[in-house]
Amino acid sequence: MADTSEKVGLLRVLGPAHVWALGVGIVLVGEYMGWNFGVGKGGAYAALIACWFAGILYTCVAMIDSEVTSTVAAAGGQYTQANHIVGALMAFNVGLYLVFAYTMLEAANAWTVGFLVQTVGGLAGHEGTLNDDPFIVLSIMFLAWLNYRGVLATLTFNLVITAFAFVAIILLFLMTAPFTAPDLMQHAELMSGQAALPYGWLGILAAMHFGLWYYLGIEGTTQAAEEVRSPARSLPFGTLAGIMTLVIAATLTWFVCVGLMPWEYLGTAGTPLFDAARLSGSSFLVWLLGIGTLFATLASANGCINDASRAWFSMGRDRYLPSWFGAVHPKYRTPYRAIIFLVPIALLFALKLPLDQIITFSILSGLLGYTFMPLNMIMFRRKWPLDTIKRGYVHPFHPIPAILLLALCAVTYFAVFLGYGTQLVAMVGFYVVASLWFHFWRYRFVNRGAQFTMPWPKPKGY
Amino acid sequence: MAKYTPPVQSKLGQIIDVIVLLALSIGSLYIPLIYGLSGSAKVTTVVENPTWESLGQNEAMVKQWNALGFTDPAAAHDLITTRFDYSFSWLNLAFMAVVLIGYFFMLIKLSDKEYREVISEKFER
Repeated sequence: MADTSEKVGLLRVLGPAHVWALGVGIVLVGEYMGWNFGVGKGGAYAALIACWFAGILYTCVAMIDSEVTSTVAAAGGQYTQANHIVGALMAFNVGLYLVFAYTMLEAANAWTVGFLVQTVGGLAGHEGTLNDDPFIVLSIMFLAWLNYRGVLATLTFNLVITAFAFVAIILLFLMTAPFTAPDLMQHAELMSGQAALPYGWLGILAAMHFGLWYYLGIEGTTQAAEEVRSPARSLPFGTLAGIMTLVIAATLTWFVCVGLMPWEYLGTAGTPLFDAARLSGSSFLVWLLGIGTLFATLASANGCINDASRAWFSMGRDRYLPSWFGAVHPKYRTPYRAIIFLVPIALLFALKLPLDQIITFSILSGLLGYTFMPLNMIMFRRKWPLDTIKRGYVHPFHPIPAILLLALCAVTYFAVFLGYGTQLVAMVGFYVVASLWFHFWRYRFVNRGAQFTMPWPKPKGY
Repeated sequence: MAKYTPPVQSKLGQIIDVIVLLALSIGSLYIPLIYGLSGSAKVTTVVENPTWESLGQNEAMVKQWNALGFTDPAAAHDLITTRFDYSFSWLNLAFMAVVLIGYFFMLIKLSDKEYREVISEKFER
């Protein structure tokens, strides 16, 4: 039996609190923008129900991913898992899911920075509409440059500014809640009549589309498996604590925003929390949430450039993509070619497309990745039953979380289909053609045996 | 199984592969959105000479619209009357399901073929 508890590689220095901070840091921007499109798709109540169901979906993701990642000790997260458990083509697709989910999220963040500057310009008395293009370009180029030079300092800084953004949400709630400002929020009036469920029960299903945005990326916590002191305890504990934190933060965000804005406005708002601060009448909150929005988007975009470029780099190094992308900068030790290559793609989408459609590409790539997870889990247990290899963590109630996750993914595909069906088909069409290109052309350049690096016995059935 | 030695790809080949990937992502994701072939499906119901009442807004809503800078109902008209079009045909839904299931079926079948080569080279040499 292979012992996976002895791993050579990165230092094991992280505890559950670090895992929690890593997860919340990646995802918190979802409270500052994007979640509110769920209100547009189904109304305020639908967005809240979607938020809670998406929480269940991500709990399943965390349970499944904790087991596989705490056992597949090699770096690379889901991409490496797919390589060891399903096969090269699945790994290629999972790598692309990661790259597109993060690159589109980066584009969405830059879009929000531009929109925020535009809004603040208007509030400051600028005549006409401020051109936001230079701010979008500047934010992406600046963060790409930081990543090019090395990310240790910027990722540490990320934690600080994420904490600021989290505290800003809590303060917004405390200063606008009924116990401090009894007449400010008007939930009953703003959600009366057709505003309660404007699309009926179908709207609740449809809102699930953007319900994922509250948590998208939380599964990134399990990528730290190699650096966690006790994966069996820290990964599930830290990740589930992160999800619970986000459920609370998301519910507070929802409560404040729907109590202050008509759902038709909220459903299309670019910066809902900043708008809530404006409506509070407190200039302190306007500054706080303005800076919080800026910090949350920049921190998230920074993390996205880091993660997307590393996924692209890994695929280049394994020759799934041209090996030119597998280069490391001789001085800064960063995947500089991958970082530079993804910049124009992020810019292209951030400069020309509406936010909801950029976010939909990110959500769809994430959703395809979540659909892979239960399939991966079922294959993992079949190929290596519990008594054949030592796992860092064994998730309970298998296969219920896998089946539940598949069912919730199916519901979310239907939710995207409602209103964004053509975009869904375009995205899946892209992955189909890319897969055929990989299998029939690109795979010839891949070194077969080097794809399996774990010291495990031969899988059952092979 | 004999060890597979992959060919070394030329620089020109690598450039062509990069161009193919770029063309694929821009051609299938970006251009359809720019030309309106994909994206969100919404319809706007026009209300002539809109008032807050005709737009279905109560007193509390009007107050918040004003605070947000929408003092004229006409300025908020499109935001209020534009809705998602959730009408769909079962044929389209079935098509989407077939595309998705077919995609994952293809992934698992082709991946398994590649996986057997990897396992064979790893464990049978």
